[in-house]
Amino acid sequence: MANLSVNIGNLKLKNPVLTASGTFGYGEEFSPFIDLNKLGGYIIKGTTLNAREGNDYPRMVETPSGMLNAVGLQNKGVDYFIENIYPRIKHYDSELIVNVSGAKIEDYAETAHRLASLDKVNAIEVNISCPNVKEGGMAFGTTTTGAAAVTKAVREAFPKTLIVKLSPNVTSIADIAKAVEAEGADSVSLINTIMGMSIDVERRRPHLSTITGGLSGAAVRPVAVRMVWQTAKAVKIPVIGLGGIMNGRDAIEFMLAGATAVEIGTANFIDPTVTMKVIEFMNEYCIRHNIKDINEIIGTI
Amino acid sequence: MKQVKDFILVKNHKINTLYSRLTLAPADGSKLPEILPGQFVQVAVETPGVFLRRPISINDVDMAANTIDLLVRNAGKGTDALIKSKENSIINILLPLGNGFSTDAPADSRLLLIGGGVGVAPLLYLGKILKKAGLKPEFLLGARSAKDLLEIEDFQKVGEVHICTEDGSIGTQGLVTAHQVMQEKSYRYYCCGPAPMMKAIAKIAYASGTECEVSLENMMACGLGACLCCVEKTVKGNVCVCTEGPVFNINQLTWNE
Repeated sequence: MANLSVNIGNLKLKNPVLTASGTFGYGEEFSPFIDLNKLGGYIIKGTTLNAREGNDYPRMVETPSGMLNAVGLQNKGVDYFIENIYPRIKHYDSELIVNVSGAKIEDYAETAHRLASLDKVNAIEVNISCPNVKEGGMAFGTTTTGAAAVTKAVREAFPKTLIVKLSPNVTSIADIAKAVEAEGADSVSLINTIMGMSIDVERRRPHLSTITGGLSGAAVRPVAVRMVWQTAKAVKIPVIGLGGIMNGRDAIEFMLAGATAVEIGTANFIDPTVTMKVIEFMNEYCIRHNIKDINEIIGTI
Repeated sequence: MKQVKDFILVKNHKINTLYSRLTLAPADGSKLPEILPGQFVQVAVETPGVFLRRPISINDVDMAANTIDLLVRNAGKGTDALIKSKENSIINILLPLGNGFSTDAPADSRLLLIGGGVGVAPLLYLGKILKKAGLKPEFLLGARSAKDLLEIEDFQKVGEVHICTEDGSIGTQGLVTAHQVMQEKSYRYYCCGPAPMMKAIAKIAYASGTECEVSLENMMACGLGACLCCVEKTVKGNVCVCTEGPVFNINQLTWNE
């Protein structure tokens, strides 16, 4: 057995495999299929200060090797999470990371502050990159000043491990990463979905109620690998890589490009057991390549 | 309990170029889980150009033979590949998903199971379960044309069948809402078919105060309540069709607004 454990900020993950926010519910949706305790960690659904109904249906369309979504951060708000969901899922022996989103900087900070009181939540992932909401979200993530301002406010409100999730819909993602690193982020995760669009040509109307949406799935992987590689070269904090990871090979690709950990997203929709297969592959890969510790391969390209 | 497993395609009953009925058994010989009428499966389709699983209603369950049947209409690349699958091939399936129709109607009540096109699929298994419970289901089945009318003989073994086709090639000409049986008092409608059909039935049910359940087909990615793509507006706000549905009592929906 190779050593698969990696560190992100103060988190010691038993393996580099996390689940991407918005693709794994609250974890329990997947408990019939996998042992959640075996994950490095799981990042739960984007949580906001107040409840959000999300966007109108239709919210999804399949695209070549991927899908567009426009969910729009539907969730019941941070207090509902703390009172009703957290007690149900806190017993899992795997890092529980909450993805935090907001329309205003104060909302991000307040949500982070409320989550800081939860024993099992040792980290949050701040989403400054959601393309599907009118206010906030990606608006903060597309400028270095916006990204820095959110990071600064959340850093003051949340003393534990702070991960900032970056948008690929920018000219230089490495510059955004440097800006959040300077404000005290412990890690950056990338990429969120790429803004895209699809039209039903027979009906001559967009497939999504919001017209545009976020592209995910295998289609985005080469873009994500490139951005992880560029970012990992630009910052000292650990990078978490995601975007179209469908199997173990893909996960290793991200680690070679510079990711310390990976998030599995859309692939969970196709195979609810994919995370377990990725972990097994990592171990086999290390053994096959005579690698004792998976940390040896991080950023070797 | 939900599970994901390989199934073997025991029989591919090709109905015509558009439709196929697939009989599948767990490849490892394990016993099928309990399946409620109205529940669905998510089928992995291994073919170029198909990324997500395809949600498909469970048409029938044979617990003795340990098989499920799926009635599939060729509606695109995924379902096209599926209906062309060779017997003995392996198909990965996630099941059983969703809630299912209610099966606790009072004895002697008149139950009308209304299906349109390939939407008739879940009504066969539902009819069988209702009949087993001592109830007397009747079917009102609609389609564009005689060739789109599926499994009539199977339905006739379960209860009385009323037929409508848009072109009049068989049964009453017109939409199901125009059929004589819709004028008569029923206790409950169980509906599955195109959204405009279900909304038209619901309108009649709202007006007459008839209990009515509809099975929705909203586009979905995961089928597990994780992606939040398949939401329907309800009196409780947006809910996932894959977990809170696919079957809804129309009083839960906002179709009457």
